[in-house]
Amino acid sequence: MIQDLVIYAIFIGYALGLLLTFGTVLTWVERKQAAIMSDRIGANRAYIRIPFTQFKLVWLGLFHGLADGLKMLLKEDFKPRSYDRLAYALAPWMAFTPVLLVFAVIPFGGTLVPGQLVPPLAGWFGDRSYAMQIARLDAGLLVVFAFGGLTILGAMLAGWSSSNKFSLLGALRAGSQMISYELVMGLTVLGLIVIYGTLDLTEIAAQQSGTVLGFLPAWGIVYQPFAAILFLTAAIAENKRIPFDLPEAESELIAGYFTEYSAMKMGLFMFAEFIEIAIIAALFTTLFLGGYNLPYMNDSGFVLPGNHAVAVSHGTVVVIQLVTFLAKVLLLCSFQILVRWTLPRFRWDQVLRFAWKFMFPLALANLIVTAVAVWALQLMNA
Amino acid sequence: MNRTTYKRNVYWNRPAMTWWERAYLFEIVRGLSITGGVFLNNMWRWVSGRKGALTTYYPEETRADYAAHNRGKHILTQRPDGSPQCIACNLCATVCPALCIEIEAGFDPDDPAHPKSPSRFEIDYSRCIFCGLCVEACPEDAIRMVKEVPELPMYERRDMWLKRDELLNWNPQRDVAKPYPARGGRAVRGPT
Repeated sequence: MIQDLVIYAIFIGYALGLLLTFGTVLTWVERKQAAIMSDRIGANRAYIRIPFTQFKLVWLGLFHGLADGLKMLLKEDFKPRSYDRLAYALAPWMAFTPVLLVFAVIPFGGTLVPGQLVPPLAGWFGDRSYAMQIARLDAGLLVVFAFGGLTILGAMLAGWSSSNKFSLLGALRAGSQMISYELVMGLTVLGLIVIYGTLDLTEIAAQQSGTVLGFLPAWGIVYQPFAAILFLTAAIAENKRIPFDLPEAESELIAGYFTEYSAMKMGLFMFAEFIEIAIIAALFTTLFLGGYNLPYMNDSGFVLPGNHAVAVSHGTVVVIQLVTFLAKVLLLCSFQILVRWTLPRFRWDQVLRFAWKFMFPLALANLIVTAVAVWALQLMNA
Repeated sequence: MNRTTYKRNVYWNRPAMTWWERAYLFEIVRGLSITGGVFLNNMWRWVSGRKGALTTYYPEETRADYAAHNRGKHILTQRPDGSPQCIACNLCATVCPALCIEIEAGFDPDDPAHPKSPSRFEIDYSRCIFCGLCVEACPEDAIRMVKEVPELPMYERRDMWLKRDELLNWNPQRDVAKPYPARGGRAVRGPT
């Protein structure tokens, strides 16, 4: 029992540290990547001076994130005079907390056998094994969508309680846009559920460890390439980033639903957005890119094409799986930032038309084709 | 009866897109590959120890390609003996639209040819607009502007005043400074 508590405390610490680090580092990545994409240098002035020396640590401008955080903490916490006090204070947390909670069900590694990993503790841990995940739920994917849906409330509350017309417009846009795209997201994932036959994210990730046709990794993107594109698009729209940043369109609505927020409350909205980039990347990795699985590798070692098996120790496997997951997530974050700095913003009517008249039918068609294919395969096998 | 149907004027071009462009996804992929290509190209330059950007790190780095006629910082030209060619006539200070030149005349009784020279000549670069009118106004070719820009980033406003000696540090060996009537009466050319 205590062993479980210790392990899950470690998992929760790892996940929290991971997300908060991603939230901070992604602000830096976004700046630097945008700069390099457009032949610029990017933020590189903030430094930490080692006390009593003139030695300044610049580290490629990594400290700009720190400086931003400090600035947001120290700024005046402006409050508009006429507002719904409770909702106004609650909204940033409503937008921020669900984003963190989603990560609870995402597996960030394979199975961990602590007794095997740390031999001195083998007696205490016995042969318990844990899936590297905070909460292994049968309805994991449903939980993802349930918490994802809560972020809408944050945006709507923020817009409503600010008593500002720009905020209200932004909140209305956020509400309709997020509801529309959540539908598309759910439909695209249904195809995967039909194939894997489970909602358990650990199970889904585990099923992607093999190979198809002998050489292709059995990733979701191989089975459902179409759904992968639709899912990523819908997820970016769900996160309200360019090209779908209508709720906060700066040129029209100042900052949309969080116009009236300042200091760390505004920081929470920004932070939630950046963490959601990482969450989307993690979700996409788990569903479509094999999660923590490196191609040609399972929990006991490498299995190269042609059935050459190379056994690897448990510790190495755990580290490789953690690093693989992080690398995939980082690459996807970078891809989302690439999209954000490449595409122009949609018009408002185009966003909804795109959701209902383009992506929704495509997702439905994808689901039907998948269902028919799976049904035919089952008939053939039977 | 002659009736013509009213035809509405069309003031803008109809978007003429092929189905390929209207499918949107392919064009997105094309755009992403362009920006991604630029990113990878620049990233490779950074990683291999070169500079992957066009930006200059100002003020640590200044651009070498200022135009020859760029109006940068002011300099005071000198006579061969190193004294300023300025006669403290105050024309530059008068014409200056930003009122940023301050001159205090000094008197040297031992130099009959040029008894008057600035004992104080200061330019406030926090106000200077680099219009070059002082150079135009000077009757003695005593003030010029070189193409290099002054080092302006300062923490204190008072540090942005450039003093006479700082303005005088430009000392070319070959220049068109006027021949200077020496104390003995014979003209002395500067070292050429």
